Amino acid sequence: MAYHSFLLEPISCHSWNKDRTQIALCPNNHDVHIYKKDGTKWTKIHELKEHNGQVTGIDWAPESNRIVTCGTDRNAYVWSLKGEVWKPTLVILRINRAARCVSWSPKENKFAVGSGSRLISICYFEQENDWWVCKHIKKPIRSTVLSLDWHPNNVLLAAGSCDFKCRVFSAYIKEVEEKPGPTVWGSKMPFGEVLFESGPSGVSGGAGEGAGGGWVHGVCFSHSGNRLAWTSHDSTVAIAEGGKTSTISSLSSETLPLLCVSFITENSLVAAGHDCYPVLFVYDGTKGSVTFGGKLDVPKQTSQRGISARERFQNLDRRATSSETTEQGLESLHKNSISQISVLEGGKSKCSTFCTTGMDGGMVTWDVKSLESDLKDLKIV
Amino acid sequence: MAKNTLSSRFRKLDIDEFDENKFIDDHDEAVDNQGPDGTEIENLIRIGDTMTAFHLALRNPPLNTKNPAVKERALAIVLRVLTSFKSSDIEPAVKSLDRSGVDLLMKYIYRGFEKPSDNSSAILLQWHEKAFAVGGLGSIVRVLTARKTV
Repeated sequence: MAYHSFLLEPISCHSWNKDRTQIALCPNNHDVHIYKKDGTKWTKIHELKEHNGQVTGIDWAPESNRIVTCGTDRNAYVWSLKGEVWKPTLVILRINRAARCVSWSPKENKFAVGSGSRLISICYFEQENDWWVCKHIKKPIRSTVLSLDWHPNNVLLAAGSCDFKCRVFSAYIKEVEEKPGPTVWGSKMPFGEVLFESGPSGVSGGAGEGAGGGWVHGVCFSHSGNRLAWTSHDSTVAIAEGGKTSTISSLSSETLPLLCVSFITENSLVAAGHDCYPVLFVYDGTKGSVTFGGKLDVPKQTSQRGISARERFQNLDRRATSSETTEQGLESLHKNSISQISVLEGGKSKCSTFCTTGMDGGMVTWDVKSLESDLKDLKIV
Repeated sequence: MAKNTLSSRFRKLDIDEFDENKFIDDHDEAVDNQGPDGTEIENLIRIGDTMTAFHLALRNPPLNTKNPAVKERALAIVLRVLTSFKSSDIEPAVKSLDRSGVDLLMKYIYRGFEKPSDNSSAILLQWHEKAFAVGGLGSIVRVLTARKTV
């Protein structure tokens, strides 16, 4: 588990290139910095300066090697590498509030941008005009779209938003692709159609009360696209399985809200958030239940030394307890909230490494195999 | 200085009022719970069966209603039950609840904190400690983010 501290400021967002040798991240300002890995050191090789506002989303397309960035200046840019320099192309999103998240589709012929203007912009390249064009999905989104994830069929898009709901939309663009075949989420998929909506209207039960809940911070489709997981601000994590029954199973956790989530196998997911450490959840498809799998963090090497009487009274004075731990800070690797999680190796079906970045400006790469061996009772099914 | 003398009346305008797509919070007045039954609970407290009174008080929470009187009445009944508990009985009572019960109890505890009376704060803090041990930070977050308050 390697912890690398990039900066002192929070990392707003990050994205890796195809072979995981370069990372593009935003150091909480208007730029995007690209770092290259040299053994264990990271060197900055590019600075992408074009945005006029904080960059809120970055996505690096692995096959076509293009980077799309979006920011609070209501713009998105598609960057292409020309020789040694990244050249931007402006994309007009036609939004009047900040853009919050961006994601390339699996085939990389379009991308989706979620924004504070309560809509999702689906952008595709129009060959005749040599220009990126966008279409809007507006209804029935009632508030900011916080997170997006594409289904593997390149048409369906899951969106989590601040109106407390997680939805699956169809983003079918007839100019760039053929009609998709039916999936478990539905068979009729015109552009903008809502195929699934979580929330009090139309939920068939779950473990928690789930009435209304909180802002949906993170969404993720499983590798097959049949399962959808989302985390919400009322400290719950929920999984829905597409299909006629469309059941939702949710777990009200005892931790602070989780900000990001990703499937690592078809049955397990890793989520992280304000508690500064990633957590494993296991989904049982037959029972339809989500259970807490374990806290994923390097166990702290506590040195067992006796505590002197003076220290005991000092602790009583300062912290009202005379406990043995003189640890002033957090025991986790990250020292502040984790805001983004990305799968590095293995994809979402058999992930072997994943990476987290957070508000402490640090990045940690986690190795699933060594986590399984270090932490007993941890089983990744 | 020139800017200061211009009219700033536009600052008092709420621009989102004119947006036809603005968010209207729909709170459906679903089948409503009228809150627990006061007399029955009084009887149970009098004979000393605080555990049953406790479970009864936490049933039918008036979550959906917009009527403050119903909520006040329910709150008063629940606080009456909570304050009639002995300190040693609190922990088994909390343990007998399921996850959504602990969340509901936490909601009532925080409502009780809002209006402290002479003897309520101490006992409420003890209830809070035991409920926190079971529910964790998540249950407190759910009190803060809940849109249907008790």
